[in-house]
Amino acid sequence: MRKAWLTALAAAALALAACSSDLPPAQGPSSAPEQSPAQQDEFFDQAEYERQLALRDATPQGPEGKPWEQALEPEMVDTAQYAKDGPHHVCFSNASVDNPWRQVGWKTMQAEVDLHDEIAEFTVLDAEAKDDKQISDISALLSRDCDALIVSPNTTATLTPAVEAACDSGTPVIVFDRGVNTDCPVTFIHPIGGYAFGATAAEFLSGEVGSDGKVLALRVLPGVDVLEHRWAAAERIFADNGVEVVGAEFTENDSATAKSIVSDYLQREGRIDGIWMDDGTAAVAVLEAFEDAGMEPPAISGEDQQQFLRKWKDEGLTALAPTYPTYQWRTPVIAALKILNGEEVPKEWILPQPVVDSGNLDRYLTEGMPPLHYGLCGCQDMPGFPQRWR
Amino acid sequence: MSVAVEPGVRPQWTRLGNPVAAVYGALVLLLVLGSVLVAMRGGVLLDQGGILNILTRSTALGLVAIGQTMVILTGKLDLSVAYLIGLCSLIGAETMAGDPGMILPAVLLTLACAAGVGLLNGLVVAKLKVNAFIATLGTALIIRGYLENGYTGPSGQVPRVFQHLGYDRIGPVPVSALLMLALAGLAWWFLARTRPGYHLYAVGGDEEVARFSGIRTDRVVITAHVLCSVAAGLAGLFLASRLGSGAPWVGTDAGYDLESIAAVVLGGTLLAGGRGGVAGTIGGVLILATLDTTFDELGVTPFFKDVVRGVVLIVAVALYARRRMRR
Amino acid sequence: MTTTDPASRPSRLPRLADGTAPVLAVLAVLLVALAFAGPAYSEPAGYLALLKRAAPLMILAIGQYFVIVSGGFDLSVGSLVTAEVVIAARLIDGDEAATLWVIPFVLGFGALVGLVNGLITTRLLVPSFIVTLGMLLVLDGAVFLWTGGSPRGALSEAFRTIGREGFDVPLLGQVPWSVLLLAALVAAAVLFMRGGTGRMLVAIGDNETAVRLGGGHVERLRTLAFVLSGLSAAVAAILLGGFAGVSAQVGDGLEFRVITAVVLGGVVLGGGRGSVVAAMAGALTLEALFSLLNLLGISGGLESAVQGVIIIAAVAYAASGRSVFRTRKGTS
Repeated sequence: MRKAWLTALAAAALALAACSSDLPPAQGPSSAPEQSPAQQDEFFDQAEYERQLALRDATPQGPEGKPWEQALEPEMVDTAQYAKDGPHHVCFSNASVDNPWRQVGWKTMQAEVDLHDEIAEFTVLDAEAKDDKQISDISALLSRDCDALIVSPNTTATLTPAVEAACDSGTPVIVFDRGVNTDCPVTFIHPIGGYAFGATAAEFLSGEVGSDGKVLALRVLPGVDVLEHRWAAAERIFADNGVEVVGAEFTENDSATAKSIVSDYLQREGRIDGIWMDDGTAAVAVLEAFEDAGMEPPAISGEDQQQFLRKWKDEGLTALAPTYPTYQWRTPVIAALKILNGEEVPKEWILPQPVVDSGNLDRYLTEGMPPLHYGLCGCQDMPGFPQRWR
Repeated sequence: MSVAVEPGVRPQWTRLGNPVAAVYGALVLLLVLGSVLVAMRGGVLLDQGGILNILTRSTALGLVAIGQTMVILTGKLDLSVAYLIGLCSLIGAETMAGDPGMILPAVLLTLACAAGVGLLNGLVVAKLKVNAFIATLGTALIIRGYLENGYTGPSGQVPRVFQHLGYDRIGPVPVSALLMLALAGLAWWFLARTRPGYHLYAVGGDEEVARFSGIRTDRVVITAHVLCSVAAGLAGLFLASRLGSGAPWVGTDAGYDLESIAAVVLGGTLLAGGRGGVAGTIGGVLILATLDTTFDELGVTPFFKDVVRGVVLIVAVALYARRRMRR
Repeated sequence: MTTTDPASRPSRLPRLADGTAPVLAVLAVLLVALAFAGPAYSEPAGYLALLKRAAPLMILAIGQYFVIVSGGFDLSVGSLVTAEVVIAARLIDGDEAATLWVIPFVLGFGALVGLVNGLITTRLLVPSFIVTLGMLLVLDGAVFLWTGGSPRGALSEAFRTIGREGFDVPLLGQVPWSVLLLAALVAAAVLFMRGGTGRMLVAIGDNETAVRLGGGHVERLRTLAFVLSGLSAAVAAILLGGFAGVSAQVGDGLEFRVITAVVLGGVVLGGGRGSVVAAMAGALTLEALFSLLNLLGISGGLESAVQGVIIIAAVAYAASGRSVFRTRKGTS
């Protein structure tokens, strides 16, 4: 009897000793204030807006013709502490591959990894757009002896603690696409941003439709920070130029929905002079709504999807495509190797964000690519092009 | 869909003889198979990280599925849980607002709101005689409308003390998973050892017979819906503790509505009600989590995962149907 | 097949049509409201546009009706629509000549998926909710596994004609082909439901054992219902793909929307009650409601909430007219 008690006690003591927590340590003020609801609800930040508008004219530093290796106004940080002999084990926690943009980017990233023999192992976990899974994924990757960890966060606020935990493990962390509310990653890679995207499109349309023009804005979803920034900037530009915005509607990126919405507006308004889009996926369907109504195509801002570029070229549209380039998926791999070599990298690696216009359209249009392939993949010279992206 | 139910046999199918053994057998087989496959690629499936991963993944789904089991046992289902989880994570995180003193009020408020939604579901189903599929789909749409109108992203903040719930572990076993298993134990006790639990099976077996034998079937159905929603509320709180804040789409992104139903039937509970139990459900949840973790280790694309999940679901339920036929 | 039809009881005919009146009344109110809310609805063109938009959902509603009235669910139609559009785009890849065989292929694939759903449901005795949920997952994954994650290829002009274009009729203006196709399918569905096979389907949903004892081929008929549902998804895919081109999101959420539409039409989940006309009227009502909310400037969150309240209210209203013992068990 006594023996049983002792055993139980010992077991309990052992269990207690094994108690531990994976809770990321508190990081002072870095995360808490930025998560306040007031700031989450307001998607406009004047200083950041002005910064992005100015960045559009900045001269990129880095190799000519390789925008994925270029950086705008970089502030370099030393990475000597991470230098390591190869071969390397690079890990990647991906938010999801559930849309064509991420598909093209993901294929481009895999091709980039293939270019580097010094990457012996590339481990990827896909969070399937679930925040909770990505938190688990990051902690799972940390237990796999990664030399560097790349993270493409699913949501900014909720992934911040997990990224902080990853930083604390000593593994160099590289974040790209969406950011996190902490500056602990070695580098954060992203194109200029949503304000620049939205403003460029709105400035173009304002110039085309004039001050008595009517513009319809088509948006994907409310509440996605990157997309909200695009619209917040466009709204201001249109207001400044006195352009009438007849409506801002959500399409959920469904072509049929977008086409119906545009048909409704054409019926109601009689004429629409310009279409502003925060995502070009449905651009072709939108243009068809004008065709089916027997109207001239409007001035339109889309994106660099092949089907839109093709229609643009075939019909000589008045169009512009600000981009959120998929070539940014190459950069994290390059950054990881630079860091593991101890070379310095920009703390915030801002990639140039090219604009497709009628002048350079041909450069981004590739025959035979899938309709939703993104022209700015930066993959044209990579091995396996174009089959790998088809 | 009632093909699997032959009215004459129904009364014998109360609570014993569910295919729990088969579920756990399949789980063990899957773990062995997964370990071998992962080992062939030079990895280890069931190391500390792997176990932790499987159990963490099971926790939220397990909580929802325990509740869903109750509803399905009465022959209904609940499609509103996914949106409710998001709503509850927000209520919890916004009420706490980073203040440890608010944890208890926030938890109570969240669970009260969840119970309110469950009560609404139950009343609509039991009193207005609306099919549970439609009633809970309607509730889901209403909650969705509220979330779309009121939120643009994560909101609220849970205090660090509360985050320990989501991150602490004993060895490779997360504390939250133990709490989930404890809840499963409680649910098992409720279903197997109490009179209201027995009534759940009776109503699911045949609602009219149950009514004639003096059971207040309306109350039973309402109870099941309230329990289900409270379980979803707990899942919302758990996810809030994991994420550090509330997130409106945390339940829908993970598809907890259909996934929880899948876990329940995978665990051998009859979709038509009246037969099955929580033990099988937990097995079903573990099977889904093990599949996920194994595929992650093997680096399989998410598209392939979907195909396998679909096939596993159909094959499993077909096998259960065969077993019943042979009896 | 009609000789031992248990459905030939005198009460059958009224029951076939029951629940039709309320949805038609609601539809009428909505259509009048549309005329007041938007100038576009003061002439036929506006209503034709509404019909064109509603055609895919109405056609899906026909297919879903067959499954629901015989006592099942088909949750796979949304992902089947997406799969069909993506498959058609990849097979055609802009080649006009390929249209000729791709359209029959698409229809065949829809029927095949329906057949698999039906056979697993009836032969392996898996509840149709689970079968079609599994099929949803399989289709979602398999089609993108095949195309490498996002749609490839393009649809031909010929493929898109039915969903996109129309023909001129005096007085009415341009009548979309999809409306003509819809009219033909409505007529076919009504005729089918008046025939022995259609009645037998309703009878199976009402009392399967009676049909079985009466010598009816329950398994075969139920499988047929799923095949018809798969076919309706294929037709809807041809219309939707034709209307707006290739998209990976085209079928998102259609399964719940169409079940909502059918139920709104007064068709009872669990089977045995409701008419095919009412199911289609439910689909048109839903689309008219969306158009009205849109015209009134109500969108986003409120739209979902209104939809939620309306389906609960519609079903509660329908249920209040029935005796307690007519209600069927939830998900069986």
